[in-house]
Amino acid sequence: MGPEAFEPGAELAAFLAGDAGAVVSFTGVVRGGGGLDALEIEHYPGMTEAAIAAMVAEARARFALTAARVIHRHGVLAPGEPIMMVLAAAPHRRAAFEAAEFLMDWLKSRAPFWKRERRGAEATWVEARDDDEAALGRWADVDGAPAP
Amino acid sequence: MMTASTIDVLYFAWLRERAGLARERVETGAPTVAALIEELRGRSEGHALALSDLRAVRVAVDQRLAPLDAPLAGAREVAFFPPMTGG
Repeated sequence: MGPEAFEPGAELAAFLAGDAGAVVSFTGVVRGGGGLDALEIEHYPGMTEAAIAAMVAEARARFALTAARVIHRHGVLAPGEPIMMVLAAAPHRRAAFEAAEFLMDWLKSRAPFWKRERRGAEATWVEARDDDEAALGRWADVDGAPAP
Repeated sequence: MMTASTIDVLYFAWLRERAGLARERVETGAPTVAALIEELRGRSEGHALALSDLRAVRVAVDQRLAPLDAPLAGAREVAFFPPMTGG
C-alpha cells in the first residue's frame, strides 16, 4: 500500500524463494490508449490497510495458503505502470489460483479505492462494473461485504 | 433517548467533489446512517447533491462497510463514497 512504484518481477522472485509447490501472481497495469494521460487512484487511509489485511488473512485461512500478499498503489500513475499485484503461494496449484481470484474479486469492489482517468484537462471517475460486483457472489460469507 | 454525539464525516471521490469538502465534524443525535444522511443533506446544496442518489452511495461506519439502516450508537467516523473501483 503506497504511492511508490514497485517491481513485479522482484516481488514474484521473493515469493518463489519460499518452499511452496505453487505460486500464482496477478499484476494489474494501467491500460494505455484512448488518449489516457494518467490514472489517479484515491483511497481511504486506514480503512484500506485494515480491509486488505483482513482479506489476506481470510484468503490464507480459506485456501490453506503458505503465503499471500497484496500490493496496491495510490496517487498518480502513467499508462503502462503496474497498479497492483496479488501473490498466492500454496502446496498445489488449485488453491493458489483460487486464492488469487478471490483476492482480485474482493479488491475490485470491497477495497476502498476509486480510479479517475485523466485525458488532457478532462478527468472522469471510473464507474464500478456490475460484473465485478456479481463476481463476489462466487465467494460466500465475505466478511464486511453487505449487499449494496 | 438519543444523546448528541460528535462524528467525523468523510467523503471520497465524486461525493467529496460534490459535497465540496473531504471531512467535517458534526454534532448529531441521528440514530442511524439514514437519519444522518437526512441531516447532512440540509447542510448545503453540495451535500444534497452528493447524497441525492443513495443507490450510488456506499457507507462505512468506523471503517467497516455498513448498510443504510446501520445504527450510529458509539460511532466516531462515518464515510460516504461511490462503489469502489480498485484492482
